[in-house]
Amino acid sequence: MSSYEARFKVWRGDVKGGGLEDFKVEVNDGEVVLDIIHRLQATQAPDLAVRWNCKAGKCGSCSAEINGRPRLMCMTRMSVFGREETITVTPLRAFPVVRDLVTDVGFNYTKAREVPSFVPPEGVGPGEYRMMQEDVDRSQEFRKCIECFLCQDTCHVVRDHEENKPAFAGPRFLMRVAELDMHPLDAAAETGLDRKSTAQDEHGLGYCNITKCCTEVCPEGIKITDNALIPLKERAVDRKYDPLVWLGSKIGRRSS
Amino acid sequence: MSVVDRQEWDVVVVGAGGAGLRAAIEARERGARTAVICKSLFGKAHTVMAEGGIAAAMANVNEHDNWQVHFRDTMRGGKFLNQWRMAELHAQEAPDRVWELETWGALFDRTKDGRISQRNFGGHEYPRLAHVGDRTGLELIRTLQQKIVSLQQQDKKETGDYESRLKVFQECTVTRVLKDTASNSGSAAGRVSGVFAYDRETGRFFVLEAPSVVIATGGIGKSFKVTSNSWEYTGDGHALALLAGAPLLNMEFVQFHPTGMVWPPSVKGILVTESVRGDGGVLRNSEGKRFMFDYIPDVFKEKYAQSEEEGDRWYDDPDNNRRPPELLPRDEVARAINAEVKAGRGSPHGGVFLDVSTRMPAEVIKRRLPSMYHQFKELADVDITAEAMEVGPTCHYVMGGIAVESDTAAARGVPGLFAAGEVAGGMHGSNRLGGNSLSDLLVFGRRAGWHAAEYAAALAFERPEVDDTQVDAAAAEALRPFSAEGPAPGEPEEDTGRPPENPYTLHQELQQTMNDLVGIIRREGEMAQALEKLAELRVRARRAGVEGHRQFNPGWHLALDLRNMLLVSECVARAALERTESRGGHTREDHPTMEREWRRLNLLCALTDPTGGLAATDPVRGQITLTRETTDPIRPDLLALFEKEELVKYLAEEELYE
Amino acid sequence: MATGTEPQPKSGGVRTRTRAAITAPHLRTDRWWLAPAATAAGLLAFVVYSTWRAFADADYYAAPYVSPFYSPCLAENCEPMRAGPNADLFGSWWGLSPAIIILIFPLGFRLTCYYYRKAYYRGFWMSPPACAVAEPHKKYTGETRFPLILQNIHRYFFYAAIVVAGILTYDTVLAFRDEHYEWGHMGLGTLVFLVNIVLIWAYTLSCHSCRHIVGGQLKHFSKHPVRYRMWQWVGKLNARHMLLAWTSLVSVALADFYVYLVASGVFDDPRLF
Repeated sequence: MSSYEARFKVWRGDVKGGGLEDFKVEVNDGEVVLDIIHRLQATQAPDLAVRWNCKAGKCGSCSAEINGRPRLMCMTRMSVFGREETITVTPLRAFPVVRDLVTDVGFNYTKAREVPSFVPPEGVGPGEYRMMQEDVDRSQEFRKCIECFLCQDTCHVVRDHEENKPAFAGPRFLMRVAELDMHPLDAAAETGLDRKSTAQDEHGLGYCNITKCCTEVCPEGIKITDNALIPLKERAVDRKYDPLVWLGSKIGRRSS
Repeated sequence: MSVVDRQEWDVVVVGAGGAGLRAAIEARERGARTAVICKSLFGKAHTVMAEGGIAAAMANVNEHDNWQVHFRDTMRGGKFLNQWRMAELHAQEAPDRVWELETWGALFDRTKDGRISQRNFGGHEYPRLAHVGDRTGLELIRTLQQKIVSLQQQDKKETGDYESRLKVFQECTVTRVLKDTASNSGSAAGRVSGVFAYDRETGRFFVLEAPSVVIATGGIGKSFKVTSNSWEYTGDGHALALLAGAPLLNMEFVQFHPTGMVWPPSVKGILVTESVRGDGGVLRNSEGKRFMFDYIPDVFKEKYAQSEEEGDRWYDDPDNNRRPPELLPRDEVARAINAEVKAGRGSPHGGVFLDVSTRMPAEVIKRRLPSMYHQFKELADVDITAEAMEVGPTCHYVMGGIAVESDTAAARGVPGLFAAGEVAGGMHGSNRLGGNSLSDLLVFGRRAGWHAAEYAAALAFERPEVDDTQVDAAAAEALRPFSAEGPAPGEPEEDTGRPPENPYTLHQELQQTMNDLVGIIRREGEMAQALEKLAELRVRARRAGVEGHRQFNPGWHLALDLRNMLLVSECVARAALERTESRGGHTREDHPTMEREWRRLNLLCALTDPTGGLAATDPVRGQITLTRETTDPIRPDLLALFEKEELVKYLAEEELYE
Repeated sequence: MATGTEPQPKSGGVRTRTRAAITAPHLRTDRWWLAPAATAAGLLAFVVYSTWRAFADADYYAAPYVSPFYSPCLAENCEPMRAGPNADLFGSWWGLSPAIIILIFPLGFRLTCYYYRKAYYRGFWMSPPACAVAEPHKKYTGETRFPLILQNIHRYFFYAAIVVAGILTYDTVLAFRDEHYEWGHMGLGTLVFLVNIVLIWAYTLSCHSCRHIVGGQLKHFSKHPVRYRMWQWVGKLNARHMLLAWTSLVSVALADFYVYLVASGVFDDPRLF
């Protein structure tokens, strides 16, 4: 068991302003960045604001940027840094700051509400749902999402362009559209809701230029770009740019 | 006159985990305008940590399963201390609650014929747990969250406002349940009139006025040092109910999950799901021995395999073999691990070995236990497909809780107060079976929401009024940490000017005390010592002070949570001292056997000073008074589900012949 | 309190007024610029090489090998290749290098490819240069309007790429002749062609559009077991799309370069048998 003193820079402040504050703090074997932030709270800065919950990488609360990279503090082990390194921790930089490491993630909750929910199939009662494993695999991958919003934070579409926020749902909620569109029993189409074209028309799929940062930061290892966004783009193409598929759907042969 | 913001709602749900959200959905669907208050962000509740599954006798995998068998397993697991009516309702309604989730978009793992797959778990006779890999809790919370959003979308369509009928106040904490008083309501006084809360982000106070309040705040694990619980689990709901005058039931029963991580220290306590054992994982000591075969108690002798060969056969042929003892109820396994470590046969970091690497191919492990693989890889540098995990007991769940009416989830003694989920007591008796928690949340969350909505509707035209003096008192109480300086009330003069206590330090001392003195194995002397220490902490906690201001100040939040943790810890310690037997989650070294006489006895904790003041600093008297209560006899048709030979092990003579 | 408290300067992106006041466009301490720089350098090298070779209009045929840049050869000014991919569709009015006609298709396929898009958006356009590194542009509309909305026609280039890959396969078969058009021989060039065609096919079939067409578009895999198997198989390839994009890019350039070396007489194709 060996411990050492690490140097930290932690952003402190609120919407009126703030800056990086220097700390020296003890680090023990096997600890993660969140442990260090907690030690700062307990010993040096009792009012240091930080959001956290499960401390096991399951709830997605403790998102922050560590040395400039969006990460979960509870899943970033101190051993990945050199002992001489100064570790910088800042709040997520795509969202308005509340205080210290806490940001206002309301954007995400707004976007969540804009995606129409699962539409249960008509005439299939509770207990009568039959779905094959291979048909739910794809959506299940997306439902592993813990809503840490790191993908929303890193996505340059909104991170670097505040003005795009109204038009763009972000990777997490485009993935939600994909999840529902791939759900074997979602009956949105029967009610006249075409998730494929609304992905582009209402949720801003066209803004995505598939530079894959969402996939890179996902702590759950979900292949957001390859398995959700690109397939969704291809589905939008079916509806909007593919005369063959479009014609087929008009004739009504393609019911798969 | 207070100037806090006030809003009117029909039903206020405190807590947004599985039970809270299910209650909110039910209340809103039954027409009540419903507000949900939660300490974290919406969708982050502790329910996401549940891994194994939802127990429901759907009989998708084994056709012999039905609610009676589920009921029987639940009663056995709880050592017959369960409120039998709750266990009955739970077993009967769980399948409907699971199926309903599918209509809201949940995607469980499937059987070959497309139904919901079910897995084995400790204490369940048949494969019964609907699951999604090992992240079932996440699926549950997300489904309920998305159902709430879908109701809000409906409301938006009809009223133009997402939040007109169902609103989530996230990152807010309730510190008091308010009741109406004689000056306003005369003889009807004492009914719930609303809640007092603060917004964590801004620090502002507000009052939600409502005739019905559903408490669904989860558990108390943060009073213990080694715990699988998140920071939210500070026993808020237990304390709110106590302070409002509702009694807590059987608080001595705290479940220590047998398998938590033991290394590295910073993750000590994080849960290792029981599915590891359900899917074939085995426990070994440092000598490589599968020691669980030595720990099968008499009451379970006929139900469990006596040899490794038979246990191994069971995974493929459960009808003709008995299950391995690794799948005994959690209390048994936790005690066994504790005993092995004590006898010097533990692993290097003070646990035992849990091994799947020699039992399943790496690919299967990664598919069936993805988050366990991930968790050990990321946090401990251990590849569970190649080496054994080190595990040890961790505080996981409290079986005790608010005493409620079985059918309505109404808290006893306070009209308008309801409770569901972990915060409610009774359902699980002295020990909860894995998988019964998620189903409990759904079954009783729904019932709480339903009866809260009905109760509120009946009072629509005579809503209990909020008493201003209570609001002022609550505000003053919440602000005290900012002015905590000088001596505690009644302390001698020379102590003036002492610096305020650090809430983090107090919390650590409390956790250490509960862990060491009221932990998995209990002794009379240690618990008396714990009560002394709790009294000391209580005095010091009154001087817990904080720096900074009210905006998102974790130090302040913790200072306020301390009140709740201290109250609840005292309940646990006092009840544990009183119950002179060992049963389920309560193990007394000085009273090692289960006593049939104790089976009918419930211990109720109530506030000694019912005015709600917290002046009591005397460790002997404390804040909590215990009363014993004899339970109703189990209904004969339910008793008939068991063999006579089994019942004699649990029930006293006279109960058998009543 | 914080050292050097700075008020948030008003400007866009991460420096928007409401966000945490940090002036640096990014705080990354790793060598984040390495990947985009390497990508840009690699792509640039290929562009320079292929431009030279495409416009050279020379040294692209050394029996039995035809450079993949010039196959199929669709104009009258093509070198005659016995049984080779000659098809005089354009006639004599085409005066430029015949490579230009056909290179449009593989170029379009790669230009609209989901991997290459990422590569050049990051490497050349710096949008963004790396994750959580601020991009230099004031405005961003992504692929919502002309010309980038044309990226949506990727699947048509995929169909064309299948045809091209088919012809290159034919060329590879022809490479089993010797310089006198005798069958049953193999030279070092044949090996180069074989490797190249395998990589070309692997890259083409690993395409995201292909994955969508063979099965990704289905809602119920269970009702289409064969397409499900194909989708899984393409998915496995697709996971290596980046690797295949680069290796096939290198291999096609190498195949062309090999033909150039033999055709320009630098050395003779070593015969294996």
